[in-house]
Amino acid sequence: MPPTQPELAEQPDTGSETGPDTGRTVLDARDLSRALTRISHEILERNRGSRDLVLLGIPTRGVHLAHRIAAKISEVEGIDVPVGSLDVTMYRDDLRMRPARALLPTEIPPGGIDDKTVVLVDDVLYSGRTIRAALDAMNDIGRPRAVRLAVLVDRGHRDLPIRADFVGKNLPTSTAESVAVRLEEHDGEDSVTIR
Amino acid sequence: MKKHLLSAADLTRDDAELILETAEELRSLADRPIKKLPALRGRTIVNLFFEDSTRTRISFEAAAKRLSADVINFSAKGSSLSKGESLKDTALTLEAMGADAVVVRHWASGAPHNLANAGWSRSSVINAGDGTHEHPTQALLDAFTMTRHLAPEKGQGLDGRRVAIVGDVLHSRVARSNALLLHTLGAEVTLVAPPTLLPYGVDSWNVQTSYDLDAVLPKTDVVMMLRVQRERMNASYFPSVREYSRRYGLDARRMATLQDHAIVMHPGPMIRGMEITADVADSERSVIVEQVTNGVAVRMAVLYLLLGGAEPAITTGDTVPEPVEGSTGPTTGDGENDA
Amino acid sequence: MTDYLLTGARILGGEPSDILIADGRIASVTDVSTRSNAGDVETIDATGLIALPGLVDLHTHLREPGREDAETVETGTRAAAMGGFTAVHAMANTEPVADTAGVVEQVWRLGREAGYCDVFPVGAVTVGLAGERLAELGAMADSAARVRVFSDDGKCVSDPVLMRRALEYVKAFDGVIAQHPQEPRLTEEAQMNEGELSGRLGLRGWPAVAEEAIIARDCLLAAHVGSRLHVCHVSTAGSVEILRWARTKGWNVTAEVCPHHLLLTDELAATYDPIYKVNPPLRTQADVEAVRAGLADGTLDIVATDHAPHPHEDKDCEWQAAAFGMLGLETALSIVQHTMVDTGLIDWAGVAERMSAVPARIGRLEGHGRPIAEGEPANVVLYDAAATRTIEASEMASLSRNTPYAGMELPGRVVATFLRGKPTVLDGKLT
Ligand SMILES: [Zn+2]
Repeated sequence: MPPTQPELAEQPDTGSETGPDTGRTVLDARDLSRALTRISHEILERNRGSRDLVLLGIPTRGVHLAHRIAAKISEVEGIDVPVGSLDVTMYRDDLRMRPARALLPTEIPPGGIDDKTVVLVDDVLYSGRTIRAALDAMNDIGRPRAVRLAVLVDRGHRDLPIRADFVGKNLPTSTAESVAVRLEEHDGEDSVTIR
Repeated sequence: MKKHLLSAADLTRDDAELILETAEELRSLADRPIKKLPALRGRTIVNLFFEDSTRTRISFEAAAKRLSADVINFSAKGSSLSKGESLKDTALTLEAMGADAVVVRHWASGAPHNLANAGWSRSSVINAGDGTHEHPTQALLDAFTMTRHLAPEKGQGLDGRRVAIVGDVLHSRVARSNALLLHTLGAEVTLVAPPTLLPYGVDSWNVQTSYDLDAVLPKTDVVMMLRVQRERMNASYFPSVREYSRRYGLDARRMATLQDHAIVMHPGPMIRGMEITADVADSERSVIVEQVTNGVAVRMAVLYLLLGGAEPAITTGDTVPEPVEGSTGPTTGDGENDA
Repeated sequence: MTDYLLTGARILGGEPSDILIADGRIASVTDVSTRSNAGDVETIDATGLIALPGLVDLHTHLREPGREDAETVETGTRAAAMGGFTAVHAMANTEPVADTAGVVEQVWRLGREAGYCDVFPVGAVTVGLAGERLAELGAMADSAARVRVFSDDGKCVSDPVLMRRALEYVKAFDGVIAQHPQEPRLTEEAQMNEGELSGRLGLRGWPAVAEEAIIARDCLLAAHVGSRLHVCHVSTAGSVEILRWARTKGWNVTAEVCPHHLLLTDELAATYDPIYKVNPPLRTQADVEAVRAGLADGTLDIVATDHAPHPHEDKDCEWQAAAFGMLGLETALSIVQHTMVDTGLIDWAGVAERMSAVPARIGRLEGHGRPIAEGEPANVVLYDAAATRTIEASEMASLSRNTPYAGMELPGRVVATFLRGKPTVLDGKLT
């Protein structure tokens, strides 16, 4: 992996400044819910049902999204899809470029991921490096039959040959812009804003 | 800048909690098919042992290897004639080998400080037990074990929990580090020993002391038994093994006076029949075996947080506090979840 | 031999005077107003400088013979001259031990050859410092070295019977036993002062009582047999109290304090830097205050350096593995100024008493510790009390570098030292 990465130019976690009234709202709560419903249906369609499905959210917000998708699938299918979380911190290619970071939870559902169809769930797809790290992390946990990717927002600007299978909203952005996803469970409201 | 873990006193409460939380995440690794993480790939960690301790060395070695570090074991136990020179010479050798961290165990109190501060080397130094001074990673794994049993919910801490540390406190680096760390974490420590085995000046520590084990046991949440070497008897610290065991040993009768939730710990190696009876050591209250498992996770956490990034995440030694991206960071900012 | 006129020197810190040194003696001391053309003499402008009698150290480790890698008589006496000393007592714990007339004469002869200051060997009390049987004290007293001070320093004469006999025996030649007060059983493997800090640092404690018990016992013994006792390096408040009590009894007991015990405390051990490892150990601030008070009120008679050079490798290691001791000769006067004079506890006359006159008297030295007056031997030190200097270990005249004051800014500087009229130091440099 070449060490020159656009991530270095990215803003750090500036969430507290991104209050509800800063930036332009791209998805409100209702939009967000609709997007997740659509993703849930697409997952079922593509998988031909919920059999052998495992949702792995990437912390922090990806995990909340995974749980919401699981709940929607459950509404439709009446079956609980296993949900877990997958921390990719130690697999990041920029690990050594910043101070050591706290780990986030990795929780693999009891059935494991071997021979399952794993849907990785994240909030924003950008450079693709997080997903690459997630694929590596999964490799150390088991061997899924297939891996899919679901994201709430795809903002483009990929550095790697990675694309999402299920996208809530394609959002063309400039690299100077920042996209903020806020979720009820974590931030007290549902919204996606850009500024 | 140098980054070291020399004393439990170096750890702020935030540091200690970060280590414990990180260890909690890493502990699950033991249940996975591939017990390996890539975080320290390309880092070299030297286990520098001037004193035998197979348990501690293996624990650090496993921790380092599970994080994909290269491990070099360096046993420098040898002639005591050249003992002064050997620490410095060894440090210079390790420096030349490009060690990123040195895990040092030494018979002399303060040797890790010398290694860290004498300008002999640029590596991170982790104290794996020095003389009768400290053993900070043991205290961390003890606190970790206590937390798992007494404060299993996330966000729960050891505040107000009572911990009795019983035995040869005078010669115990485990007791010193535990007293410091547990105080930082808000627990109440009582050191229980015959007066001869309590250090001079213990009144100035942030602990209580007692000569009466029976009075302490019913109130405590944790009872940690320390090893008592038989040889102490010859130096008149106590009259006989029998008298010591009677007054300060943990047997089934005494264990029965503990509260239901109380746990029994021992940093090992145990002397069954001296400070602890076999039935107590093997009882359900005993978490002694678990301490060993937890030791690997805690040492992984320490190694990862010291060496995993460009700079350590914990503010030990001479470092300036660094902000840490917490797991509860407010938002994803500019879509940096994909960063 | 060159004659010197020291102009404007303030003798013992008093009014400016001119001191004429001729033929190794002080030819005259005159008021500056009566200055006449001195004729064929070298004039040294001593304006503003303090003139003190050449300092006398009762407690120096010169290491030769045996540990010439740490110090030699030559380098040790150079260091002494740089510190303003004209006489030092060389402790007996050399290899071989100075326990025979032969060894003490060897040291004495080396000192004469070096020429930087007079060296008076201390004889061992017991053979090989083993604390088992008396060395030939009389033979050492009768030797060319004329030993009067006997000490097992580094080790305590802990056997009370042996101590009693030694105290009694040296009466025959007006000797004195200089005791290193350290009860050995209470200090086995001891590393630092026993206190709050030793417990926390995990370093074996060295209790004050180990010193105080021996001092109390020896005072009683000396009184009982009517002998002279000298107590080395008093370091605790309790010791000062015991000695104060002994003094009220009128017993013939003298005592010394080291510069480092006047300034440094056990807090420094927290660095685990063995540069601060010394025997007896650095004590608490309360002890520092007590020894200062004891030195001020005369309970402690003198300052002695316990100059203890060690090669680098004996200090560049773990605390527990390191040697005890620190350099003292070149910084003693500055430390005394800093802790005793600048604090107003004693004046310069008091310094001359405690660092020259009384140590010379205890050692029964003739020609040292004399006043700066007409007809006296010209042992004089010119000292610039207004100067400040930053101590650099690498600049020490000693062969060793183990000064605990490295990097510290200390007051005062020795400008010149005269030994019997001959300068050993001029302009702050060895001649
Ligand atoms: Zn001594």
